[in-house]
Amino acid sequence: MPDASQPLVTVRDLHIGAVTDSGRQVEIIKGVSFDIRPGEFVALIGESGSGKTTIALSLMGYCRPGCSIAGGTVTLDGRDVTAMSEADRAELRGTEVSYVPQSAAAAFNPSKRIMDQVVEITGIHRLMPRAEAEAKAVSLFRALALPQPETIGRRYPHQVSGGQLQRLAAAMALIGGPKLVIFDEPTTALDVTTQIEVLRAFKAVVQKGGVSGVYVSHDLAVVAQIADRIIVLKGGEIQEENTTPKILTEARHPYTRALLAAVDPVPHQPRSIAGLQPRPPILEAIDLHAGYGTFQNGEPAVKVLKNINFRLERGRNLGVIGESGSGKSTLARAVSGILPPYRGAVLLDGHELDGDLKERRKEDLRRMQIVFQLADTALNPAQTVGSILARPLKFYHGLRGAARDARVDALLDMVHLPAALKYRLPRELSGGQKQRVNLARALAAEPELILCDEITSALDTVVAAAILKLLEELQSELNLSYMFISHDLSTVEAICDDVLVMYKGEVVEELPAARMSAEAAHPYSKLLISSVPQIDPGWLDSLDQDPELLAAFSRR
Amino acid sequence: MPKPMFLSPARHGFRFNWAGRIGLAIVLLWGAVALVGPLITPYPVGEIVDWDYFGPMSQKFLLGTDYLGRDMLSRILMGARYTVGISLAAVTIACSVGVVLGMIAAVVGGIFDMGLSRLLDAINGIPGLLFGLVVVAAVGSSLTVLILTLATIYMPGAYRFARSLAVNVNTMDFVTVARARGERTPYLIAREIFPNILGPVLADLGVRFVFIVLVLSGLSFLGLGVQPPNADWGALVRENIGALSFGAPAVVFPSLAIASLTISMNLFIDNLPTRIRDRSA
Amino acid sequence: MQASLIPYILVARRLGIALITLIIVSFAVFFATDLLPGDVAEILMGQAATPEAVAGLREAMGLNQPAFLRFLGWLGGLFTGDLGTSYVNQMPVADLIGGRLANSLKLAGVTTAVSVPLALFLGITAAMWRGSAYDRMVTALTITVISVPEFMVATLAVLIFAVWLKWLPALSFGAEVGTFWALLKAYTMPVITLTFVVSAQMIRMTRAALIETIDTPYVEMARLKGAGRIRQVLRHALPNALGPIANAMALSLSYLVGGVIIVETIFNYPGVAKLMVDAVATRDLPLIQSCAMIFCVSYLTLITLADLVAILSNPRLRR
Repeated sequence: MPDASQPLVTVRDLHIGAVTDSGRQVEIIKGVSFDIRPGEFVALIGESGSGKTTIALSLMGYCRPGCSIAGGTVTLDGRDVTAMSEADRAELRGTEVSYVPQSAAAAFNPSKRIMDQVVEITGIHRLMPRAEAEAKAVSLFRALALPQPETIGRRYPHQVSGGQLQRLAAAMALIGGPKLVIFDEPTTALDVTTQIEVLRAFKAVVQKGGVSGVYVSHDLAVVAQIADRIIVLKGGEIQEENTTPKILTEARHPYTRALLAAVDPVPHQPRSIAGLQPRPPILEAIDLHAGYGTFQNGEPAVKVLKNINFRLERGRNLGVIGESGSGKSTLARAVSGILPPYRGAVLLDGHELDGDLKERRKEDLRRMQIVFQLADTALNPAQTVGSILARPLKFYHGLRGAARDARVDALLDMVHLPAALKYRLPRELSGGQKQRVNLARALAAEPELILCDEITSALDTVVAAAILKLLEELQSELNLSYMFISHDLSTVEAICDDVLVMYKGEVVEELPAARMSAEAAHPYSKLLISSVPQIDPGWLDSLDQDPELLAAFSRR
Repeated sequence: MPKPMFLSPARHGFRFNWAGRIGLAIVLLWGAVALVGPLITPYPVGEIVDWDYFGPMSQKFLLGTDYLGRDMLSRILMGARYTVGISLAAVTIACSVGVVLGMIAAVVGGIFDMGLSRLLDAINGIPGLLFGLVVVAAVGSSLTVLILTLATIYMPGAYRFARSLAVNVNTMDFVTVARARGERTPYLIAREIFPNILGPVLADLGVRFVFIVLVLSGLSFLGLGVQPPNADWGALVRENIGALSFGAPAVVFPSLAIASLTISMNLFIDNLPTRIRDRSA
Repeated sequence: MQASLIPYILVARRLGIALITLIIVSFAVFFATDLLPGDVAEILMGQAATPEAVAGLREAMGLNQPAFLRFLGWLGGLFTGDLGTSYVNQMPVADLIGGRLANSLKLAGVTTAVSVPLALFLGITAAMWRGSAYDRMVTALTITVISVPEFMVATLAVLIFAVWLKWLPALSFGAEVGTFWALLKAYTMPVITLTFVVSAQMIRMTRAALIETIDTPYVEMARLKGAGRIRQVLRHALPNALGPIANAMALSLSYLVGGVIIVETIFNYPGVAKLMVDAVATRDLPLIQSCAMIFCVSYLTLITLADLVAILSNPRLRR
């Protein structure tokens, strides 16, 4: 172990400013101080806009365009990077401190072979001959458990998978033998089963090499597996700083506690179904098939959904989980008729709907509403919140004038937004507010069923938790049913009664939400459920997954 | 941070730099001159007021005289009416037809979109000045012919631009939501798509206006545009090209007039007011 | 579908579109000149012609055939090199165009050879030092040149080089071009003018294409690996911008077509464009149609080339 008494990195009273469009100076980092000792792994955790990436990049003496270091010092191995010339900083980058980006897919140059990019640092800084650098790269590929380590470097970035690229980016960061590696949300864009492998690979090479690390993330459970110490940020300031076990067990700051609570939600309590007279399920799918592309012999070129069957009883909630490419969003589109299924039937309250929404009755369209993932793109940026909510009122219910205005106010109240918000344009709202308006628009139709497509995925943990609470509240007030699509198991657990597990366009298993891990029988469901990171710091190391199973189902 | 994807007119929070302001001011000034032209000319446009031709700048003739001894200032002020008027009429027709067709093609899609796009791409495959030459050769030059020809040349470009914008907006979730609600094509086009492409479409209108001014001036310069005794700025340059060898004001000022209009418009388009994205303010 | 076939399919499709476009364009050129008001026979015979004489001429010229048949005949003639006979001086159009086309191509070739390297250099360096005084100067200059009509650039060039500096002759090409100097002098003014017009477009588009790639995460990554600015731009950004830049080059060269019409007229340069403008004045339709087709084909070739470059330069299609 290197001398642990002398910090490798010392950040003192760091201030970073940004210039807004109007030319106004704002402070985005407001006096942050911390140390990183040699060999130590420190996590910066916080929601979007907390300044975690900005701080991490400042350790390389780098600020994104429009930002600049306004005060304080960042000392790396005894030298103040804030006082250096750009040429001196360039000397440091790649050799003393290096960077693993959030999206390796975007950070790899699409027109150059992977090996050329991985060893580039050794060329820029004249560290070693090319052959030696390539040999070192191959040994790093091997240590990172990459397939075909000898030849993978000859490929172009678009020829390898996202999980592999992320590990290749780590190799690129480690090739120059840095003392500090910055990991900027390196697994956020990956599926959970892929994330496991990448996290394991990172942990292995970092522990072996004895380098220090900064791990930027919004996910406490992931950070708990890899960090020695956690710094919680909000609004450009440090809220709390402590060793990982202490943060997890005795968090003092309310914000940290909110983060912890959001990771481990209270499981959904199934509602007792009032009135026992048998009614048909609100939604039923029978042998549903859907796909894209040109049709031949009544079948599309790209078949996405195959043989989907499910029933959603009135007042209950059905979750749909699966990783990217599993077809879960396509399911919502097929059910709602946006993408007409080419075979099979959708039944609403017992009667069959036309596959194409253009042929459906207005009344049927009204009863089933869909809410999309990104509130940014789901709200017309040119209309005020008021007119966005007013349209379905006029369209479905013929409401006009004062009656309509009153109803808009009532809808805003229902989703806990002030009535004054109706004069605003969507871009003037926060992410959580937008998602509430998005929801209110669906409620304006007075539906019986809402299809929710990843509606909390783009939100910060604490905001997402509040939306889930709102959904539960609305359900008991308005007697709604939800079909809730998500890649996040804990979200589904918090809101659903039953869960469909999807893999490659098929439902592999249907499980009760509260007992998912106990009752899962299909190997893929087991793998998926066991891959969700737990707050317990020892979870990753003790996790015992069948490697062959992992290889079979995860797309690495 | 969201990209400035939509440039819809908002009520507040815009920043407008000085280059853009100057550009807009000059464009508006020429617009005003085109409107009130005959009221402010110091001399009747067609009248020979000086014995000397290609006269220099003087107290009496601020911008000198032309090849017949007519007052250049008066002729330039009246020329604005032709240059600005014809171009504005042509660009308005080109853009309104192009944008409406483009939005319909984007929303309806299918055969209609394919057929129309192919046909208009083909028209786009003819260089503008050449198209003008051929048409003028066939039917002669009149104001109506000029306006319709220029509009035909630039309509396909406006269509292509509006269609690509509308295709992007059409894939947005808010349009899908409206569709899932059961809304029909006219509503989708008028309320969901048009307001969100308006900003870029207006900028495109400005760019196309400049192109049209340039082609019109070129045609007139070749003697195929506005016919004597009337003259737009391009025709004024042609009439007085004989003065080129001694750099008389009669050939310099119409050129400057064209340049001031087109450069100002480009300056304005390149420095459009930008929305201040300053949420915390 | 096999991935390796995709580029070929895209290219074949683009070439197919170009062919369809060409047919529609020739259709438009033929009917714009042939069907619009103004009877050719009447025009040729003049005001005093008797109706019988006009009818006789119509018969002789085949004008009584259905328009579509005449179109097919004309199109067939184009493909076999029979461009018809000039109304005005009864010479075969092919003979009239022949030497003129070589002159125009020479002018276009010299302009391309000058403007491409110039534009590449200015565009790339302006992007590399974006926001500097140098960049602002290049940008201001290009926007000015783009904003003014070609004839103004030409007249300004005459004013500066011929009238004030007296380096070059003003409006003459008719003079002998026996010596190298004479040749240089004859070409210089047209080439300078065209170079200005074409380069301005190229510089602007090159700069924009390169800046777009400079703003990508992988160039930021290169910087975080310790790469200097020149390495960031030349090694990381430029290879990815080559497609868009080549596209910009081809697209800008299509501005030659419009520019050449004005420039040949102003400088009295004996090229196809001058021939066509003269033909317009005499309403010599077969000549106008043929010249128009020459311009349309070259324009179409250039924009098709631009699209092909854009398709083929996509790194994801590379093997």
